[in-house]
Amino acid sequence: MKGSPETIKVGIAEMKLGLAPDKIRTSGLGSCVGAVIYDPVVKVAGMVHIMLPDSALAKGREPINHAKFADTALTKLVDALLAQGGKKERLKAKIAGGAQMFQFDTKSEQLRVGPRNVEAVKTVLEQLHIFLAAEDTGGNCGRTIIFDIETSLMEVRTVNKGIAAI
Amino acid sequence: MGYEKKISSMHLDVLKEIGNIGAGNAATALSVLLGKKIDMEVPTVRIVSFDEIMELSGGADNMVVAVYLRMEGDANGNMFFILPIDQGTKYIRKMIGDDTFTFSHPPYSEMGISAMQELGNILIGSYLTSLSDFTGLHLVPSVPAISIDMAGAIISYGLLEISQTEDCAIVIETSLDENSCRNPDIVNGHFFLLLDPDSFSVLFSSVGVDIDEG
Repeated sequence: MKGSPETIKVGIAEMKLGLAPDKIRTSGLGSCVGAVIYDPVVKVAGMVHIMLPDSALAKGREPINHAKFADTALTKLVDALLAQGGKKERLKAKIAGGAQMFQFDTKSEQLRVGPRNVEAVKTVLEQLHIFLAAEDTGGNCGRTIIFDIETSLMEVRTVNKGIAAI
Repeated sequence: MGYEKKISSMHLDVLKEIGNIGAGNAATALSVLLGKKIDMEVPTVRIVSFDEIMELSGGADNMVVAVYLRMEGDANGNMFFILPIDQGTKYIRKMIGDDTFTFSHPPYSEMGISAMQELGNILIGSYLTSLSDFTGLHLVPSVPAISIDMAGAIISYGLLEISQTEDCAIVIETSLDENSCRNPDIVNGHFFLLLDPDSFSVLFSSVGVDIDEG
């Protein structure tokens, strides 16, 4: 265990790992999904700030930023956690975000990217056999999340609904 | 290869001029609307990472009032007019003549919201009209949408098209300042124009510059 706790910042389309007693934070999630996968025993956790549901959207462009897409981000994150001593069967996830920031009358798929991100994240977690312990998703407000690796609690801050812990 | 590799300083100058013409007209419109002098900063054109775009609007957590609309037609892109909460409140109070209106917490009055939508519509509309006149391109704005929330949550929405294939964006940014404001650090409003990756070549050729030039 390390000395003084730090808060590790995760930018948009980034992935970062941390160990207790650190916290991991990402700010201003709109349609993006912030996903944390953690091992509560070893107290190692990683966060990704996912922008898009599927790496197929990159249309074969190389190299891709793995942290940007739900499928590649979660797979990479699990690999990284296992490399840090996490045990696959103990890994759990908490997710937040996937809001619809603007309301339009159109049915365009593009505009539904928030819900699509959430669906994609859940599907990939299922494929990876990772238990989704908590979520705060959907709606139409931005979120900032702070995950405490020590307690495995995720603090979700919104502009108008204050702070919640999941 | 990403488009950022093809962009030369000449291309950036073209984009800067586009920001200049667009926001210049919008500043005039705002000035007429509010009955006071509005100054426009020299536009900046930057190739930035997604994270840096959030910083341009005061950080991902920063609460703002934003009007968003999609530009469609010969060239496509996303446009934002962004105001800090206090400034937005001030402008709307003046427009609707209601000193109790505020953007700091809901519920927001229907009147205030539609005034903000209209303000954004007029400003972005005049930006696009002048851009269209300058380039000869047919550009149509979508219906404006409004959001009062964290800047990161709002602006990331405008990156959806770009982020599919790119990892950075070209931002044409122009700030508006109220003349009476003595503090140069207080920026009153921002325009962001985020063009879709495939629309740059359309825009450049409309003003006689090739995308592969320079």
